[in-house]
Order: sequence, then structure tokens, then C-alpha cells
Amino acid sequence: MTTAEKNGKTKDPVLVVVQLSGGNDFMNTVIPFTEGIYYDNRPLVGVPDDKSLPFTDTLAWHPSASAFKRIYDQGKMAIVQGVGTEHASRSHFRAMDIWHTCEPEIVATEGWLAKVIREIDPEGANPVTAVNFGRGLPRALAAPGVTATSVGDLDNYGLMSGIQLQEERDLDLQIFQRMYTPAIGSGQVMNYLSQTGNNVLSGADMLAEAPRQYRSKVEYADNPIAKSLRDVARVHTTGLGTRIFYTTHGGYDHHAQEVPTHARLLHEMTTAIEDFMQDLHDHDAAEEVNILVFTEFGRRIKDNGSGTDHGTGGGAFMIGENVKGGLYSEYPSLAVGDWKFGEDMDFTIDFRSVYSTILNQWMGLDPVDIVGGQFEQFNPYTKTMV
Amino acid sequence: MTIAASNPLSLMAHLLRRAGFGSDRNELEEYAARSYEDVVDDLLNPERFDAPEDEILSRFYPHLHANKDNPAIWNGRWFYRMVNTDRPLEEKMTLFWHSVFATGWTKSEHTPTMVDHIQMLRTNCLANFRTLLLGISRDPAMIFWLDNNENHRNAINENYGREILELFSMGIGNYTEDDIKSAARAFTGWTYDTPVALYPFGHFDVKYRFRADDHDGGQKTFLGHTGNLDGEDIINIIAKQEVTARFIGRHLYNFFVADEAQVPAWSIAPPADPSAIDDLAKAWIDSDADMKVVMRTLFNSEWFKAARFKHVKSPAEFVASVLKLSGEYAEPAPDLHKLEGTIVTMGQKLMDPPSVEGWHTGKEWIDGGTLTERVNYAIDTLNNPDKPGVKAIIDRISSQGNLTTPEQLVDNILDLIGPLEVESGTRDTLVAHAQVDGVLDWSSGTAAEISTARVVQMLTLVVSAREFQFS
Repeated sequence: MTTAEKNGKTKDPVLVVVQLSGGNDFMNTVIPFTEGIYYDNRPLVGVPDDKSLPFTDTLAWHPSASAFKRIYDQGKMAIVQGVGTEHASRSHFRAMDIWHTCEPEIVATEGWLAKVIREIDPEGANPVTAVNFGRGLPRALAAPGVTATSVGDLDNYGLMSGIQLQEERDLDLQIFQRMYTPAIGSGQVMNYLSQTGNNVLSGADMLAEAPRQYRSKVEYADNPIAKSLRDVARVHTTGLGTRIFYTTHGGYDHHAQEVPTHARLLHEMTTAIEDFMQDLHDHDAAEEVNILVFTEFGRRIKDNGSGTDHGTGGGAFMIGENVKGGLYSEYPSLAVGDWKFGEDMDFTIDFRSVYSTILNQWMGLDPVDIVGGQFEQFNPYTKTMV
Repeated sequence: MTIAASNPLSLMAHLLRRAGFGSDRNELEEYAARSYEDVVDDLLNPERFDAPEDEILSRFYPHLHANKDNPAIWNGRWFYRMVNTDRPLEEKMTLFWHSVFATGWTKSEHTPTMVDHIQMLRTNCLANFRTLLLGISRDPAMIFWLDNNENHRNAINENYGREILELFSMGIGNYTEDDIKSAARAFTGWTYDTPVALYPFGHFDVKYRFRADDHDGGQKTFLGHTGNLDGEDIINIIAKQEVTARFIGRHLYNFFVADEAQVPAWSIAPPADPSAIDDLAKAWIDSDADMKVVMRTLFNSEWFKAARFKHVKSPAEFVASVLKLSGEYAEPAPDLHKLEGTIVTMGQKLMDPPSVEGWHTGKEWIDGGTLTERVNYAIDTLNNPDKPGVKAIIDRISSQGNLTTPEQLVDNILDLIGPLEVESGTRDTLVAHAQVDGVLDWSSGTAAEISTARVVQMLTLVVSAREFQFS
């Protein structure tokens, strides 16, 4: 059964994942502004209560996240509080790896979204079923035999992009394609290279359409996350059948200099998402899109005099026209006795519950094999696939 | 295949790609003028040659030194060594041991200990295997990476005891959980001095420290040996095991000879060439784990000599092979550290493997994103007739006569960058392209300019071929 038949929509659901790398300080994004313990432990990085932007009786946004306040106030954002996992790791790589593979105890090679691609496009018929904006492929999208496209620069994407003369580049690409023609008796790795090279070529041909077709009134800011989300909008509105978009916003690892840096990053990221939603709305292309914003962990409750060190429980944001706005799960307890390792906010919901909810209710897939088990779901959508 | 495999130049090029990071043509011809076994002997004895002076980089470029807590600076220096050293096997073995004893910067974010760790591997790279195991067991970066600082007399932490057996020596299935506990107990008290706090002056070196009061001196049984075993005893027992010889032998085969299955599959998948592993294990046992003897057996074996282009270059190997062709960074340069970013986009960050399991190798290096990065990097680096290595290729071709036929153009480039063996379809495609513009003319300035551009373009096409991904 197609997803379209399930809910009467004509468009397939799309997931846009925004990864905040380095460990976003959830406690300084969604601030427990009435808690004395917050101010006591964060003499340096704590946001004064006359600066933060309250949105419930107990929670306030960081002043640089006013765009998120507007989205939340419109009822289009689910805040998932206290996301983490039992076998948490304070190592960036290991923690991110766990998020990417859903394997907290072993090092796995298959990304959760790669398994989604395999479900949606088992034959690998569309090389742009999943598109990452950034250099290199995140592990979430990588698995043997799965095609995902990684785009560094959409306006100049693909092989031989450094060759200036278009005629010469076109000719070189033709020769490349001939050299990458599979031959009998070449061996498995040579054939794999042929297939990979040809996928890159066909993906590039498709993606070249996006800059040609896209027109917009929205003026995105000049920073990497805004540029990436504009690229997502350009490809999505071109209608190439992309179901998963992935992009990364780096720099959240504020051991030092947290106050100015975190403010800038939050401003860039939240404004870019607000612009992106407006852009999709203008193109009548918003309804089918759900955005997930996540990070590998939160940060330490106590500041270190300059920033904060790696912590445990963090938070995620689900955003879209069909999201039922509000707070989900519980804000981690701030009582000193509840601090994880004696210094972190604990987690209150497993990250795989977030994935299961999205996969099942938004993408219309069975999440059990993808996330590696049954995890309790919550209900953050006004319209679902199930 | 277009190049005769018996060509001694081909064999020497193969040796230099595997025992080092490739060669430029002049180097290759110098080496090929000597006997193969002599060259192997020199490679195995790096102390006969001066060590590369990478310290010179911080003298020339103080800003690099000021940022020495940034691993990119050190990885840039490592690339400088890879392409300039007169001791190629030393750098290659260092990279090998780094792949086996995979220790990462990410957990500690402590650069000096990682730099010391790599230097320790370099110093001991061709020593007895015991020396290496002892080195990593007393290495502060490793101790923190695998939590041996949390391994106490009264509360053991098994992490290091487990991984030294599973990943660093014997492989899973060759010991019991009790052996792991004994090993862990034997390594209690192997820790480091409390490091100086990061703020405000940055990281400082950390030294190994044995704490006798935290060491479990009680009786232990490990692989059938009973006594007051300490870490050195454990290492001596491990080094004598035939399974260790075979497990490290398989690592050596995978890294230096031909791509194998990924390490976690080794307990079920047999080796690609069991008799090669037998040869390595025999050399190991006969020499009591002397890595020089084991490596000499490897390089002088027929199975090594025959294994041309059976190994997908790792990102480090790929970038170094391109730099060897371009002739860049023969002198210190201020932007060496940018090479770290280059290989990161290809899926490898030196001094920071993804986990203690190390990097997955072979075709797993390749996906659409990494292939694009590799091909574009090779093209962008070599698409310039003024780079010393590119100029040398042009000079060699133009000096052969006033005219170069399309076939000569293709075959010369394939020869000069390797010799690189390619499938007939690849060569046919390149020749067909060269034939469109006919014979290359070097007789006049204008004609030579056009011919130069054609050589450069052909070079960029050759390095974008599938075959160039292999070593």
C-alpha cells in the first residue's frame, strides 16, 4: 500500500534531519528559568532571567532562539525534552555513532537512515532518495549496498567540479563514464567502483536541475546552515523524489567561549529553519516535510568558568506543518541527587523512541528492525501515516 | 593488463607503494637499479638513513607551533614525513600499527599524548612485537582510551584486558572470560601521572606511572600459566601464541598485501590466502616475534610480489600517492595542516580512528561521496603543468622526440605514474580520446603548449580511472 493511499495525500512524506554537532547545550536552549539551581550552577553561561524568553510557566527560550519561539507559538514544534540513552557516551564520536547506528553497545556499520533508504528504494533506483548537504557521508546514511548522495556545493556539484570550462568538463565526464563501464571478469571491487561512479553521475544530472528551476522570495542569511537548508529547499521543490535530507550544523562543543558562540549558532540555526519553513510554505511544499533537529548529548549542569563540558541528557526538536506543538517527555530533574554521574542532566526518553515515532507515524515504516527493538512512541503529529 | 608484470620497474614500484607511499620516477629508477632483496633490507633498517626533519616546520611557520594542540598540525607534519622520508617503511609501519592499536583523539581531546603515542609506534615499528605491546600498554593515550586508569586493584576495569586480547593480539575465540579478568588484574596500577589541567595554558605531556599500591600482585591464571603475573608476563605469554602470529599476520596481509574481510569477520571467514598466513606465522615463531624477520618474509614472498593492485588505497595512502605525483610539499609549506581536512572528507582522520576497532578497509572506503572527493582531489591537484611532478612527466614525454602518438601518450602516462596496470577497456577509452586530436607535436613553442595541455588533461583522466584507486 502506498503512503498516499493511507492518508489521502498525494505527496510522499519527507524527513529533514538537522544534526547539531558538538553537543548542543539543551539547558541553555530551553531554559528552566524559574529554577534557582540553574543560576547557582551557571554563574558564567547562565542566561539572566530578564533576558530569556519565557514560553511556559517554567521554561524560556535562549534570547537568540526567538525564531524557535515564533515557530513554537504557532504550534508547529514538538520539543522532546531529555533525550538520551542508557549506554550514553560523553565521547562525541561514540555518542554520535550511537545516534547514527542505533547500536549503543557495539560498533555497527549500518546507519539507521541507510536502512530507511533500503526500505523505501530497495533497488536503489533513485540515486537521490537520500541527499546529504556537507562533505563526506554521515554514518547515519551509510550501509553496504545503499546509495546516498552527498553534496558539498549544489551549484558546483559532482565529479570534476574543479574543471573550469564546462565543455571540457562535459567531455571528461563522458570519458569517466566510459572508463567506469562494468566489464566481464573485472572483479567485485572494480564493479562496485563502476556502480558507485555511475550513481554519482546520474545523481549529479538530477541535482543539476534544482538550481535551474528554483525561484524564491526568501532571502536566507549568509552562513553554512542557512545555505544548506536553502539547498534542501531547492532540491525538495524540484521534485526529484528525495525522501531524506540530512545536514549538519557544527560548532556546539563549547568548553570555552560558550556565551558568544552558542548565541550566534542558535541565531543562525533557528533563523535558517524559520526561513526554510517560509520558503517551503511559499512553494506549497511544506506539508509533506518533517524536520528533526538533534544533537549527540547535552552539556554539564555546572559551567566550567568559560563554557560547559560534555554531558548526558539533551533535547530534540520536531518541526513541521503537521506537528502537534508542545512539550514531550519530561524535562530532566534538576534535583542534585538525580544528576547523572553526579554532574549531568539525565535522560528521560530514549532517542530510539524519537526515531520510532518518526519512522512509524511520519514515514509509515515498521521501526523495529531499523532502530533495533520496540521503543515507546509518543504522538507529536496532527496527521500521520498510520 | 597492458604492463608486463615481470618488468622489474613494476615490481619495485609495487614494493614502494606498499612499503611506503609510492615514489616519483627518479626515486623509482634509482631503487630499481639495485637488487630487490637489497632494497628490502634497507627498508627494514631505517636507522641507516637520516630521519625526516619535520621539526623544521614549526621553525619555518611559528603559527603551526602556536596551534600545536590542534591535531591537524600534527597530521600535516605526518603527511610531510610520508612524502619526504628516506625511511618509507618506518612511516608505513607506523600507520599500520596505528590501524591495529587504534587509539583516538576524540575521547581525550588531548593532543600531546596522541603525538607521543604515534611517535612511540614509530620508534618501535620494526621491533619485537613484545616491545610494541609493552609500549602501548604503558602509553598514556592508550591507558585513557581503554580506561586502564580506571583499572584498580580493588575494582578491575576489563576494557584494556579485553581489547589487548581481542583486537591487539589474539582475536576473539582464543581465550576465556577468565583470561580477560586475569589480564585486567595484571595491568592494574599501570596508569599515568595526573595531567596538568587544560586551562589556562593548554595541554602538557603526560607520563606513564606504575602505582605499586594499586597493583594486584595476587596469583592469577592466564592461558594456562599461573603465578603472580604482571602486565609484562601477560605480554610475554601473548607474544608466544601461534594465534597471535596468525592474527597479526592477517592484519599485515590485509594492510600490505591484499584486502581481506573486515576484522570482525575473521573469527568465521578464513584468510584469503591461508598459506601466506602460514608463512608469516612460521617467521614469527622462528624469530620469537621479531617484526623485522616477519616483514622480510612478507616482502620477499612470491605472494606479495604477485599481489599488484589488490588493495584499495586508504585516504591517507591516496592523498600521499597524489602528492608523490605532484611533487608538492617537498619543502615545508604553511598549509600542510589542510591535508587533514582533505582526508576527513574521504572518511579517515589520522590520530582519530572511529573506534578501537580501527578503520574498515578495502571497498568500504568507497561511497558516492568519498569517490567524488578522491577523484576531484586527484584532478585538482594534478591539473597544473607547473607542479614539479607534473612538469617532470611532461618533460619526460616531450624529450622522447618531436612527435608523440596517441598510444604513446596514454602508455607513457600509465607507465610514468606507476607503472599503473589498467583494464583494456580503460586504455581503449583513453587512446580513443587521445586520437581525436591526433599526434602531439613538440617541435615549436605554440605546438608544445597545446601538447602540454593535452598531457595534463590525460594525466587527470588517468588518475580518475578506477584503477588509480588501487595500490
